[in-house]
Amino acid sequence: MSKLNSKIPEGPIANKWTEHKNHMKLVAPNNRPKIDVIVVGTGLAGASAAASLGEMGYNVKAFCFQDSPRRAHSIAAQGGINAAKNYQNDGDSVYRLFYDTIKGGDYRAREANVHRLAEVSGNIIDQCVAQGVPFAREYGGLLDNRSFGGTQVQRTFYAAGQTGQQLLLGAYSALSRQIGLGRVEMYNRHEMMDIVTIEGKARGIIARNLVTGEIERHAAHAVVIASGGYGNVYFLSTNAMGSNVSAAWKIHKRGAKFANPCFVQIHPTCVPVHGVNQSKLTLMSESLRNSGRIWVPKKKEDAEAIRAGQLKPTQIVEEERDYFLERRYPAFGNLVPRDVASRAAKERCDEGFGIEANDTNEGVYLDFSSEIISKGKQAAYSQGDHNPSSEKITELGKKWLAEKYGNLFKMYEKITDENPYETPMKIYPAVHYTMGGVWVDYNLQSTIPGCFVAGEANFSDHGANRLGASALMQGLADGYFVLPYTLSNYLADEIRTGKISTDTQEFLDAENSVKESIEKIISAKGSKSVDHFHKRLGLIMWNKVGMARNEKILKEAIEEIGNLRTEFYADVYVPGAADEMNSELEKAMRVADFIELGQLMAIDALERNESCGGHFREEFQDSEGETLRDDKKYKHVAAWEYQGMDVTKAILHKEELDYEFIKIADRNYK
Amino acid sequence: MAAKTINITLKIWRQKNSKAKGELKSYALENVSTDSSFLEMLDQLNEELLTKKEEPVAFDHDCREGICGSCSLYINGRAHGPETGTTTCQLHMRKFKDGENIYIEPWRSAAFPIIKDLIVDRSAFDRIQQVGGFISVNTSGKTMDANAIPIPKSDADKAFEAAACIGCGACVATCKNGSAMLFVGAKVSQYALLPQGKVEAKQRVQNMVRQMDEEGFGNCSNTGACEIECPKGISLEHIARMNREFLSCLPPSKLHEAQNFNNS
Repeated sequence: MSKLNSKIPEGPIANKWTEHKNHMKLVAPNNRPKIDVIVVGTGLAGASAAASLGEMGYNVKAFCFQDSPRRAHSIAAQGGINAAKNYQNDGDSVYRLFYDTIKGGDYRAREANVHRLAEVSGNIIDQCVAQGVPFAREYGGLLDNRSFGGTQVQRTFYAAGQTGQQLLLGAYSALSRQIGLGRVEMYNRHEMMDIVTIEGKARGIIARNLVTGEIERHAAHAVVIASGGYGNVYFLSTNAMGSNVSAAWKIHKRGAKFANPCFVQIHPTCVPVHGVNQSKLTLMSESLRNSGRIWVPKKKEDAEAIRAGQLKPTQIVEEERDYFLERRYPAFGNLVPRDVASRAAKERCDEGFGIEANDTNEGVYLDFSSEIISKGKQAAYSQGDHNPSSEKITELGKKWLAEKYGNLFKMYEKITDENPYETPMKIYPAVHYTMGGVWVDYNLQSTIPGCFVAGEANFSDHGANRLGASALMQGLADGYFVLPYTLSNYLADEIRTGKISTDTQEFLDAENSVKESIEKIISAKGSKSVDHFHKRLGLIMWNKVGMARNEKILKEAIEEIGNLRTEFYADVYVPGAADEMNSELEKAMRVADFIELGQLMAIDALERNESCGGHFREEFQDSEGETLRDDKKYKHVAAWEYQGMDVTKAILHKEELDYEFIKIADRNYK
Repeated sequence: MAAKTINITLKIWRQKNSKAKGELKSYALENVSTDSSFLEMLDQLNEELLTKKEEPVAFDHDCREGICGSCSLYINGRAHGPETGTTTCQLHMRKFKDGENIYIEPWRSAAFPIIKDLIVDRSAFDRIQQVGGFISVNTSGKTMDANAIPIPKSDADKAFEAAACIGCGACVATCKNGSAMLFVGAKVSQYALLPQGKVEAKQRVQNMVRQMDEEGFGNCSNTGACEIECPKGISLEHIARMNREFLSCLPPSKLHEAQNFNNS
C-alpha cells in the first residue's frame, strides 16, 4: 500500500500557498467548457465551490438532498466567522490566527493547511461584503467584531446570531447566479448513493432522485464531496435531521481513507435533553460566552434543591456560586476552547453539582446577570445619566443583550418556556461538529484521484478540536479560494479526455450495487423502525465513545456496534417501495453507514492511547484532570483503509505531522 | 417547567403523490409530552404507524431550530401554527390542550404543487432567486477591502432584517392571493439598501418580478397576512420598497398608468 503523501509544498510557511499557486497547472478558458465537475452538497463549501467553478467556465452539476441548496446545514451556524483582519487593532495577524488554530486543535492539524486558511481568511470577508452579506456594523459604518473561545483578540465577524445563514445565503446567491446563467445544473432532492471510478479515477456518481426513487448515472472529470460532518452518528446532535455521512462513507468504501474519525467536538453550550422523544439538540452560540458566566452551586445541597424545584438559581448568592471555568482557567475564563469547557461541565455534573432535573441531572447555568448590569451602566453613561437607578440599568442592560443575542434568547425561550433575561440559561454539552473526515492532501484531494473533499467532510484543518467561528471560515476558504486552483491543476490533464460516457461497465456495476443495497434493506421487512436502531447506536456512541473514553468501554462499544449491525440488517422495517418518495428508506440507507462509521470511531479512539482535544481517554490525564498528549507516539493523522463491512478489519495508515514553524507545547489556557 | 402529557386527535392531509387524490385522515395520539416540539409529536405518530406497518406521514424538515426553512405545515388554519414568530419545528406541544383536534395540511398554493402528503414543491422560489437574487460579483476574492465602504448601521441592520427571510413560503401559503411579494420584496430590499446592490438594482427588480409572475404567484392586495404569519417577522415595508424600486424603472408614460391603477 502506498504511503500517504500530503503533497505539502516546500519553502517557508508564509510562501507555500503563493508559490504553489504560481506553479500549479491551469486550464485555459476555452478548454473549461469541455470539462464536467460534480459537486455533492451545497453548504458553505459545496455552494462556494460550485459557484466558483461554474464561474470559471466548467460544466458543473451540483447535488443536495434538501429541497433547495439554501437549506444546507451551514445555515444554522450562529456565532460568526474568524478572519485575521486586525480591524480592532488588538494584535491580530495571519500568524496569530494560524497559531491559535494549531494550538486550539491540540497540535494535531497540518501546519501548511492551517496557515493557508489563515492567509485567505481576510479575503473571505471582503468577498462576502461584496456579495451583500449584511454583517454587523458599528455606528461609524465599519464592521464589528467579537471574541470567541481560545483566542485573546476580537477577530470574529458576525450577523446577529445568524452568521451561518447570511454566509450561506451569500454563497447560495452566487450559486443561483451560475444556475441562472446555465453554468451550474442543480439537482435538488437528490442523494449521492455511490461514486464511480474508472481506471482508478473518480468519474461520476450514482444518485437517487428522492422524489421518484429513480437511480441516475452522472459522469464527470472530477467529483467534489462537500457533504458535511457525521455528528448524527450519535442520533442526538446539533446537526440537522438529514445531515449524514453517506457520501463521505461511500467514497471511503471505494478507496478514500478516513482520517481521525474519533475527533468529535462536543459543544459546551446546548439546551439540555428533555426526554425520550427528543429528536435533536439545539445549540446556544459560543458567542454567548462573551457575555454569560458559567456556574453551578458550590454546595451539593443547593444543586439538589434546584433539581427538586425547591430553590431558584436567582436565590443563590454570589458567594455560593462556583464559576468553575473562571476558577480553573483564569487567563481565558469563560472563553476557553469548547473541549475544555465541555469537560469541565461534565466533571461538575459527574460530581453531583448538575442543576437540570432530567434523567442524568446534566446541566449547568449560563448567567447573564453580571453583563446586564455592566452593559446597562455603560448605556446609561453614554446617554449622559451618571447616576442611573438599578431599574434603568437593568432595562438598558436587557436591551443591549436583546440587540446582540435577541434571536438566541427567543429560541431558548421557545424550547424551554423560560425567560433567559430573568433566569440563567440551562445548558449542557452536545455533539456539534466532527474534526475527523475523509483524508485529503494539501490540494484537498482524497486517496481516490479526481475525488476532492471540502469543508467539514474532510479532516484537514482543525486537528483534535475546532475553535469557534472557524468552520465557516474553512468551508468558504475551501470552496472559494482553494479548490478553484487545486482542482484546475488536476483537470489540466483532462482536457483531451473528452466526454465521459455513463454507458460503461463501471457505471452499470455501481448502479447494480446501489440497487442491491436498497433491495437488501427494503426486503428485510423486520419488526423495528430505522429510528429504533439509530437511537440505540446513538446511546452506545454517547456513553462509550463520547466525552470520556477508556479502553474497557471502547472495546464494549466495538462489539455492541458489530452486533447492532447484524441485527439491523435482519430486523429493520422499511415500508413502501424503492421507486417512490420514501423517507424511511432514505434514513435506513444513512443509518447503515452510520453503524459502520460508529465502529470505526471506537476503533480509532481505542488505538489513540493519549488524550488530545475532543478525544479524552480517562487513562491519560494529569492530576488536575487535564489532557495528556503523547507526542512521541501519536503526533500523526490516523487514516483508515476500508476492508469490508466488518470494520474491525480496517487498516491503519499514519501521516506524521511535522511542526516546523510552531513549537509544539502543552496546551495551556490557565 | 414540569412536562405533562396530553392526548390529541390529528387530522392530517394524506396524498400518495402529486397525481393521487388526497384526503384528511384522522389519528388518535396519546401520551404526547408537552415538552415535545410539534415535529417530535409527528415523529411519535410515525413511530406508531410503523409499528402498525402503516406508511408514515411525509413532511419536510431538517434543522429543527427555525433557520433552514424546510418545515412548513398549515396547522389549525394557520401557517406554522398558532404561535406568531415561530416555525413549525420551534412550536411546542405545550401550546395545545389535552383532547384537542389538530388539523395539519400542506401549504396551499398553485405555485407550490404537492409532492406527497405534507410536502410541497417550492422550487419556484429558487427560480426567482436565479434571475436576480444576487450581486454580480465574481468569487475571486480580489474585491476591495471589506471596510472600504462604510455603511450606516441603520441601513446594514435593515438589510439584515430583510435577509433574515428563511424562504419557507408561509407568506405565500397564508396569502389569499397566493402572492410571493413578501419573499421577493425582502430579497430586493436587502440589496437595494446596500451600496453594493444599487449597481444592478433596476435590472434585479424587473427580472425578479417578471419571474414571480411567470411562476403563477398572485398579486398583492395589501392585506398584510404575510407579515403576521412570517416566522421571521419580515416587514411589509419591504414590499413597499420593492414597489418603489419597480416603479422607478418604468418610463414616465407607464408610471402614470401604474399610478392610475393604484388609485383606482
